[in-house]
Amino acid sequence: MIIRIMGEGQLKLDNSAVDELNKLDSDLEKAVEANDEAAFGSALQGLLAKARVLGVALPPDAIEPSELILPREDATIEEVRDLLADGGLIPG
Amino acid sequence: MGVMKRVSTIFRAKASKQLDRLEDPRETLDYSYQTQLELLQKVRRGVADVATSRKRVELQMNQLQQTADKLDRQARDSLAAGREDLAREALSRKAGAQSQLTDLQTQYASLQGEEEKLTAASQRLQAKVDAFRVRKETIKATYTAAEATTRINEVFTGISEEMSDVGLAVQRAEDKTEQMKARAGAIDELMASGALTDAIGPPPDDIQAELDRMGSSQGVDAELERMKAELAGGAAPKEIGSGQADSSVGQPGGTNLQKEQPGSGGA
Repeated sequence: MIIRIMGEGQLKLDNSAVDELNKLDSDLEKAVEANDEAAFGSALQGLLAKARVLGVALPPDAIEPSELILPREDATIEEVRDLLADGGLIPG
Repeated sequence: MGVMKRVSTIFRAKASKQLDRLEDPRETLDYSYQTQLELLQKVRRGVADVATSRKRVELQMNQLQQTADKLDRQARDSLAAGREDLAREALSRKAGAQSQLTDLQTQYASLQGEEEKLTAASQRLQAKVDAFRVRKETIKATYTAAEATTRINEVFTGISEEMSDVGLAVQRAEDKTEQMKARAGAIDELMASGALTDAIGPPPDDIQAELDRMGSSQGVDAELERMKAELAGGAAPKEIGSGQADSSVGQPGGTNLQKEQPGSGGA
């Protein structure tokens, strides 16, 4: 499966690795819903660290959509909310 | 559905909305390629802007460091001259300069990180745009509507995701560069006015002026003393008399006491 870490690029990873990411992702989602900055920060860092360990970088000239997209490492709760609300995506 | 999946779904939805806008998928490819080239230009400008901003911060850091060093020297000179009040003033301004410096160091590191990421993003995008051009021509050459649509979908969604990501990164870098420009401008003004720290009183140049005045009056005093000693035909120690003309500095009494300590090395 291909995933993207925003601002960093795409990674290829085993489907089995996705379960691990999903667990961390649900922590992230809870933190966003609870508007808990501290929990959000550690959940995001944990998720990204895991993804980087489990994934292998996709070659730069590969053009493939990602199954999962992770926010960039210094994203704020608001930015993630914007992404989820589609407000953060620039047109074009 | 978690955050990761939701974001990816939104990216895809956006790409498919764009795909639907044009009738002929081949047009979509050409149009997308144009947008990619424009974005590539924008990213390169973004990298250059961040670099310019970083260099400006670097320059200001050097200036602030020099200011801090100068204030430190002034404090030492003041203390050696027995002017604890001036030394205190210089040191408090030095602390102000130092805190600006620490702040800028953080900004510098963050700009540096931004520059590295954007440079990498620009290289990734370049590689993808090149690859896209080749695939676009292949798809167009072997075009059969039914088959092409799925291939175009895949490649378009992929490139569109990359463009959204890079576009956001550029936007972010632009915001940061703007913020830094405003900050740098404010610091430049502070430096130009000489008032590095707010509400601390007259600009540091006052300290230098006072020191210069003391320095020159001490020089005159020392000259006088030397002359006196020559006239008397002896070799009187220079320090002894230097306190006598201290009233010209404007603080009689207290300063005199300090000046009369032997070996203070003021002259």
